[in-house]
Amino acid sequence: MKNKIILAMAATFALGSTAAMAQDPTQIVYIGKNTGNPYFDSISGGFEDACAALNCEYQFVAPATAEATSQIPLIEAQIQRGVEVIAIAPNSPDALNQVLDSAKAQGILVLTVNGDLVGNESHRDATILPVDFTKTGPNQVELMGSMIGYKGEIAILSATTEAPDQNTWIAAMNDTLANDAKYKDMKLVATVYGDDQPEKSTTEMEALLANYPDLVGVIAPTTVGIAAAAQVVQSRGIADKVHVTGLGLPSEMRDFVKDGTVSAFQLWSPYNEGWLAVHFATGVLDGSIKNEVGATFEVPNLGTIKIDDLNAMNTQAELTTFDVNNIDEFDF
Amino acid sequence: MNALGTTEPRMTSAPKPVRSGWQTALIRPETMTFVLLIIGVIGASMLSPFFLDINYILRSFTLSAEIAIVALVLTMVIIAGEIDLSAASNMALSACLFAFAQQAGLPMPLAIGVGLLAGLAMGGFNALMVVGLQLPSIIVTIGTLIAYRGLAQVIAGDKSIRVPDWFIGINNQMILGIPLPVILFVLIAIVLGLVLSATIYGRQIYQVGTNETAARHAGIRSKRIKVGLFLLLGLVSAIAGLMTASRLGSVRYDIALGGELQMVLMAMLGGTYIFGGRGSILGTFLAAWLLVIVSTGMTVANLLPAIQLTVLGILLIVAIIATNFIYSRAQR
Repeated sequence: MKNKIILAMAATFALGSTAAMAQDPTQIVYIGKNTGNPYFDSISGGFEDACAALNCEYQFVAPATAEATSQIPLIEAQIQRGVEVIAIAPNSPDALNQVLDSAKAQGILVLTVNGDLVGNESHRDATILPVDFTKTGPNQVELMGSMIGYKGEIAILSATTEAPDQNTWIAAMNDTLANDAKYKDMKLVATVYGDDQPEKSTTEMEALLANYPDLVGVIAPTTVGIAAAAQVVQSRGIADKVHVTGLGLPSEMRDFVKDGTVSAFQLWSPYNEGWLAVHFATGVLDGSIKNEVGATFEVPNLGTIKIDDLNAMNTQAELTTFDVNNIDEFDF
Repeated sequence: MNALGTTEPRMTSAPKPVRSGWQTALIRPETMTFVLLIIGVIGASMLSPFFLDINYILRSFTLSAEIAIVALVLTMVIIAGEIDLSAASNMALSACLFAFAQQAGLPMPLAIGVGLLAGLAMGGFNALMVVGLQLPSIIVTIGTLIAYRGLAQVIAGDKSIRVPDWFIGINNQMILGIPLPVILFVLIAIVLGLVLSATIYGRQIYQVGTNETAARHAGIRSKRIKVGLFLLLGLVSAIAGLMTASRLGSVRYDIALGGELQMVLMAMLGGTYIFGGRGSILGTFLAAWLLVIVSTGMTVANLLPAIQLTVLGILLIVAIIATNFIYSRAQR
């Protein structure tokens, strides 16, 4: 009896929500890696502005920690809320497979934004990446090399050991260092993980300096890591000896660039990822964009976007390099 | 569920004053958990119109079912006056050993056997340290909490190990519309509840936890009871680890990371006394639902993780104050 009442209530709610959905604007949710990560504020800003322009409803959610399974309850919750589009920066390349499948089974458009399910691409509909990530590793190694005269011991300060994007880049960096003769005098001595937490990243950076007294460069391909590394170098006053570069946010790195702690770093526009994701999603939902490899479509401010192999899209061709000359032009 | 509640013994050292039935019911800590559960359901329904859907609640419970099952056995360990903080790490290590074995070509039944035996062995090691060498269980199991997790990472590395397709999806197995992990949780709760409340063995567990010396003088083999409980906890943790592997479709070293806190939280919220001698399976049973309801309700309402953590913390403090108050009243 009790069960029947609950079921009846559930049915009422379910019906109620479907009826409401039909009139509401498209609901898009973006699930970040974790909260307190300014990088995602910028992506989220792109989502927000595009949703304001295209009349959809947008929300950003993220778990407290970036561990592999922490996004699962959030995805379940969005399925239950009946959103039309789930965009996610996955914390794991495969722990989300099952729950993303059930989202797709409900007819939800599943996009990975700013990171992909490497090797498990069938569990999402499309991916939006800022640049061709196979070029990120070599680009970063080249920038590092140009700063240290292509010689000496270097280290990598990464995010979590599981992060798929980080691991793709680190693998490419290793590959470039090993196979390109230009970098034969550069030696990668350590790869450490700051878990995208400022404190842990600082500790790992201090440990690098203590363990490798001959270290001349640190590549931190994560915004939290590069800021922490730059902070350590700045407070110790060793910018002439240890060169820090990586992927950083202009807003966070501006002071370090202006006082000479960091001479150059790279990134793309995270804002454009959100902007593109919304234009793509609404286009697919209203039928004006076909989610097929080889298809092209126009996005305001970004130009023509082409859907590449594995349904991947990039917002820009190459990484943008920020230094003292251009950093004031960027405000994300 | 009701049968469980009424058949449980109340452990009071002083002769019981005569109380009417409703007074007895009111001063049970499980009553508080039950009231909080009702408040939780009402609160969550008010927070989000998408919450009150029995299928969604059941599906969300499956995400915590493995940890809830272990928490039931942990409740018995705590009642016996000990604690085991290594259970979540045990889940990870036994799952990793299982996955490693099947990847190395062992037939599935054997690989499952490896996982279960490993869990049993880990429980046995804890028992050896705590009961054999008379070391405090909190220290021993903090040690094994770290060691088991570390070993899991040594075995699995930073990669995840896939499991065969037929093994995936225990949470999608439905019996009468209820996910299998939830059914298992209820069945195990009933069995353990009966053992604890209606058997001599169960009464002896309470006596060992209330006063071990007195219990031993009364002829209770306290060591044998504790060893049995640690072994059972080890085995059940391994089963929970395999269930998690089946739900996620892959195994990684960080399965159930931080799960030990959730387990202890469930036991405490259910009115189990941290120093032993008091508590019930019904309490932990209700507390598991309470925890899932509260966190699911907040997640589906897209509340910030910071707010969620705060609410859970406050909930625990309220529960402990109430439990303490109720027990001190009951002893008068």
